[in-house]
Amino acid sequence: MTAAEPVKKISIIVAHGGLDEVYPALIMANGARMEGIEASIFFTFFGLNAIMKKMVSKLKVATVGNAALNLAMPMMKFPITTPFPTLMGTLPGVSSMATWMMKQEMEKLDVPPVDEFLEMISDAGGEIYACKLAMEMFKLTEDDLIEQVQSVLTVGEFYEKSAGAQIIFT
Amino acid sequence: MPTREIAGKTIDFDDENFMSDHTQWNEDVATELAKEEGIEQLNDRHLVVINFMRKEFEEKGTGPSIRRLTKQSGVPTKELYALFPGGPAKKAARIAGITKPQGCV
Repeated sequence: MTAAEPVKKISIIVAHGGLDEVYPALIMANGARMEGIEASIFFTFFGLNAIMKKMVSKLKVATVGNAALNLAMPMMKFPITTPFPTLMGTLPGVSSMATWMMKQEMEKLDVPPVDEFLEMISDAGGEIYACKLAMEMFKLTEDDLIEQVQSVLTVGEFYEKSAGAQIIFT
Repeated sequence: MPTREIAGKTIDFDDENFMSDHTQWNEDVATELAKEEGIEQLNDRHLVVINFMRKEFEEKGTGPSIRRLTKQSGVPTKELYALFPGGPAKKAARIAGITKPQGCV
């Protein structure tokens, strides 16, 4: 039996822009670079929120329509099985509170804020791209994007750049 | 547990080729381990990283995260990746004679 081929290159597609939806992709991309694996992240649709100058530091955890928020209950000293009713998620300040809590926990784990994390991944040789179609849909220009974005790509160009990579959609 | 002779010292390794006893380490050992990792010559900047990792390991029992390493040692991310091409976390830990890093960042 031969040893399994190590992962050499990954391309992660980020299509959602909530804090909890962006962090996993950043952690996976950064972790890849730490292991010497080539990594790129392609931000599309609402994922573009994470690479916009005006929004990169303002991502939020959605507290409506998230059926697994019970996982956050132990942070507030409630049992992990405590349900989180959707109606509660609609109250003013609840999403901000959940966001604040996640940021606190991330900081404790030495996970940087999103803007710093993107800079770190870029400095580590990770590539950051924006989706052309989604940019056009949202009427964004390159000036709206943080400097770490290498370029705005069509889908075809994304696949070209991803040659030999494992593509992960989040 | 595999044992190898490195720079005139008998060194214990774990199954993943990390030193299992960091007290057996010295700079001559580091020089040899660096060669095994494809780094022909350790310079002052490599040593800044390695010494910081050892200090963290001695204080906390585990190596630092990359973020902590770059912020506190004064070696920025870009330079860190240039110093230890092909994966700084594991490479630097191996040369520093500490166990495999346990963190995800």
